[in-house]
Amino acid sequence: MLAYILRRAAQSVLVLLVVGLIAFSMFRFIGDPIDNMLGQEAQQEDIDRLRTELGLDAPLLVQYVRFLSSAVQGDFGVSYGQGRPVADILAERAPATLELALVSGTLAISFGIVFGVFTAIRRNGFAAQAIMSLSLIGVSLPTFLIGILLIYVFSVELGWLPSFGRGETVELGWWTTGFATRSGLLALILPSITLGLYQMTLIMRLVRSEMLEVLRQDYIRFARARGLRTRTVYFRHALVNTLVPVTTVIGLQLGSIIAFGIVTETVFQWPGLGLLFVNAIQFVDIPVMAAYLMLISVMFVLINLFVDVLYFFIDPRLRVDRSEASA
Amino acid sequence: MSTSIGLRLRNALDSDFAYLFLRSPVAVLSAFVVIVLVLAAIFAPLISPQDPFNPIELNLMNGFTPPGTPNAFTGESFWLGTDDQGRDVFSTILHGMRISLFVGVSAVSFALLLGVTLGLLAGYVGGWTDTIIMRVADVQLTFPAILVAMLIFGIAKGITPVEYRDQMAIWVLILAIGLSDWVQFARVVRGATLVEKGREYVQAAQLIGRRPGAIMLRHILPNVLSPVLVIATISLALAIIAEATLSFLGVGAPPTQPSLGTLIRIGQGFLFSGEWWILLFPSLTLLALALSVNLLGDWLRDALNPRLK
Amino acid sequence: MGHDLANPVLSLRDLTVEIKTRRGLLKPVDGVSFDIAPGEILGIVGESGAGKSMTGNAVIGLLDPPARIAGGEVRLAGQRIDTLSSEEMRRLRGKQIGMIFQDPLTSLNPLLRIGDQLTETIRTHLDLGANAARERAIAALDEVGIPAAEERINSYPHEFSGGMRQRAVIALTLCAEPSLVIADEPTTALDVSVQAQIIALLKRLCRQRGVAVMLITHDIGVIAEAADRIAVMYAGRMAEIGDVAEVLRRPRHPYADGLLSSTPAASAGQARLRQIPGAMPRLTALPEGCAFAARCERAQDRCRQGAAPRLEADNGRTACWFPIQHGEVEA
Repeated sequence: MLAYILRRAAQSVLVLLVVGLIAFSMFRFIGDPIDNMLGQEAQQEDIDRLRTELGLDAPLLVQYVRFLSSAVQGDFGVSYGQGRPVADILAERAPATLELALVSGTLAISFGIVFGVFTAIRRNGFAAQAIMSLSLIGVSLPTFLIGILLIYVFSVELGWLPSFGRGETVELGWWTTGFATRSGLLALILPSITLGLYQMTLIMRLVRSEMLEVLRQDYIRFARARGLRTRTVYFRHALVNTLVPVTTVIGLQLGSIIAFGIVTETVFQWPGLGLLFVNAIQFVDIPVMAAYLMLISVMFVLINLFVDVLYFFIDPRLRVDRSEASA
Repeated sequence: MSTSIGLRLRNALDSDFAYLFLRSPVAVLSAFVVIVLVLAAIFAPLISPQDPFNPIELNLMNGFTPPGTPNAFTGESFWLGTDDQGRDVFSTILHGMRISLFVGVSAVSFALLLGVTLGLLAGYVGGWTDTIIMRVADVQLTFPAILVAMLIFGIAKGITPVEYRDQMAIWVLILAIGLSDWVQFARVVRGATLVEKGREYVQAAQLIGRRPGAIMLRHILPNVLSPVLVIATISLALAIIAEATLSFLGVGAPPTQPSLGTLIRIGQGFLFSGEWWILLFPSLTLLALALSVNLLGDWLRDALNPRLK
Repeated sequence: MGHDLANPVLSLRDLTVEIKTRRGLLKPVDGVSFDIAPGEILGIVGESGAGKSMTGNAVIGLLDPPARIAGGEVRLAGQRIDTLSSEEMRRLRGKQIGMIFQDPLTSLNPLLRIGDQLTETIRTHLDLGANAARERAIAALDEVGIPAAEERINSYPHEFSGGMRQRAVIALTLCAEPSLVIADEPTTALDVSVQAQIIALLKRLCRQRGVAVMLITHDIGVIAEAADRIAVMYAGRMAEIGDVAEVLRRPRHPYADGLLSSTPAASAGQARLRQIPGAMPRLTALPEGCAFAARCERAQDRCRQGAAPRLEADNGRTACWFPIQHGEVEA
């Protein structure tokens, strides 16, 4: 088990190095960093001084290593657009994105599994068929349209819920939370539904098809042949086996919740990392783009590693050392 | 080659395929919608009542005309109403759909060419070629396509000189969506190639001295056509949505060449002021387009691969 | 053998299973009747698609829709069970009727310990506490010859070998003491060296407990080894039934004859194996009359017309108009 985790960790480090290289190349080769920092009317001596100061005259490999080591220490340079350290901006924006991702991820996973199991068990029932048809519309419906639709119904027409922003937030050290105030919670509702709906549909469809596959397996037949209660067959035997393959995809879905957060945050003007990234692309703010890329990569890699570890708790077949001991 | 494709086509039409197609109302309906929308997009310049991007044809007085009712000043009437600049919404939708479909089809074609080529190479040549291609694919798969596309768009935008950015935007968009989507094609083709490579007829072709390129094209490629077709259809729906999303975010088609996504972005600005038609009709068009292509792809997957049912 | 056929555990009368398809109504099981006495092992043989497994599934109430019992009766210890509700049938399964499937590798839930699968079965059917159920589970594993049952009960299926898993499956099937066991190809997926052990184990346990066994297989060798009586099925119908030694030595139905002489184990000493020409007709295209007529050397006009010959449980041994006569010289 440890060997497997270590191998996966090594792969993850490789991915991060590649991403770092991309980020570094963006930083170094798109536009001239000096121009971006000093503007067009800089004196030649200032340029030379800054070039030496920034280490831009060193060999590329050395620059790459320096870039990585400062990134590891949380130094992503200065935003071209805001003129402030990127790290500060990210830290300011991260809580909004993470809280939104947490809420919509929880919604997507719990409702996705419940609906998936339901539509698999009642495969030919009317409700299940209706849910499946709706879900196909859900998959075809772009996230931003869902958001706009929700804003139209609940903000414009009914006036129940806010259409943009986080509401009032409370500061807990460097973290700002929207969980503590009424307006903060209300503001969370529409964005988290928007963000979670698509993922929920995907998870539901996946759970359904995996569960149908599992229900065809011999051990389910054998469980039935032993006269186990229907509930036991579905939830103890079928569901747990369904969740093994579903776990990986759910892990990846959590990753894309962060990515699709870009869209949702734009629709709802949610002051998180995604909105920051969109603005960075519009204004070609390379340091912010590069830092966002690296931050997201680290999150993805961590999620994947977590999923791998989780596997060992779910699937006994993967606990190799155990089976060796008793073989 | 062409005769064998013709033969395949005829066989396909005689087979269960056509039977299943005609038996499925969903498939027939969505195919009909797709055909109508595609034709409307192709012939947009002929069908649309005005050229929405020719300032001479526009009259600012016509701005904000609601659908179906005559304008208070000019008395002109517009099917789906007009936007703030007096552009006919119906015409902008036709032209917007043209751009959306052009970007979608081009991006998928690009992804298909790239993915099939790399997949064939990885599967047939193997060794280091295989390792490198599939490693890149794995890394890319770790990230959602939309993020990859945005990043490519951002980088390309950074490289392009400011004055060319709007002109290049459509091509950059195609490149970005295409590059974010090749992996699926490559994986399927590689897998099928590995299977076919072991078959005796391929070994026989190798023995009689056929060149690898010819073997890949004539023997292996025909065997992967149906999964590639399914992936291409589903990818098209995803590409249309991806394009709309990017344009909606303001990192896609520029306002000078608005796609459906750009139109929705513009329309969202009028959500609170009551001009609902500027937003609603482009949204419905996008939904109809994405949904019918998606349904068609879904049906195709079931029809070509009964095992998955 | 002295089995009490007057009070059979299982009794089928004219059992018919139908499947509605786009191409019409199929009868994978058509008018099958037989009895199995307590402690008796009835071997059912036939080619794949002959309706053996479908018969077993119909008895235990696990037919997959659209397959359904369309006619006839199934009686368990005299009580009719084909009319029970699905919940009543569920209570019978495991408790009264056990079933063993072909592949022990896939019959066990890979994510649950062997012991948990045993105790859940025991506690579903018997009113026992957790500890008592666990002890019973250990005893069950012990009985099927799994060494160190006390420790092995905590193992997962993948930690067992194929033969061990099939032993565990047998323990699971017998743990609530059913009176009938349906064994569907119980040894087909196993190594040849293990097959004999498993058959011997099954035979011993059922004899000891007086369990009736319906042993479905295409392996005549297994039947010869274990069964008391043999039933030969063809295209959903019974072709021949009778005492195993008698049928193996002197088959009367031409299909049974052909089947036996095409099998190495049953035709030892014969110069070469014979083949039956042709293949079993598809259920979608059953001919009029006897389904075997087209492949049969003895077929005459009567075989190709009208109703097929039937084999009733209490009368006769073979469903053939022109059975091979005792002592007749074969053509």
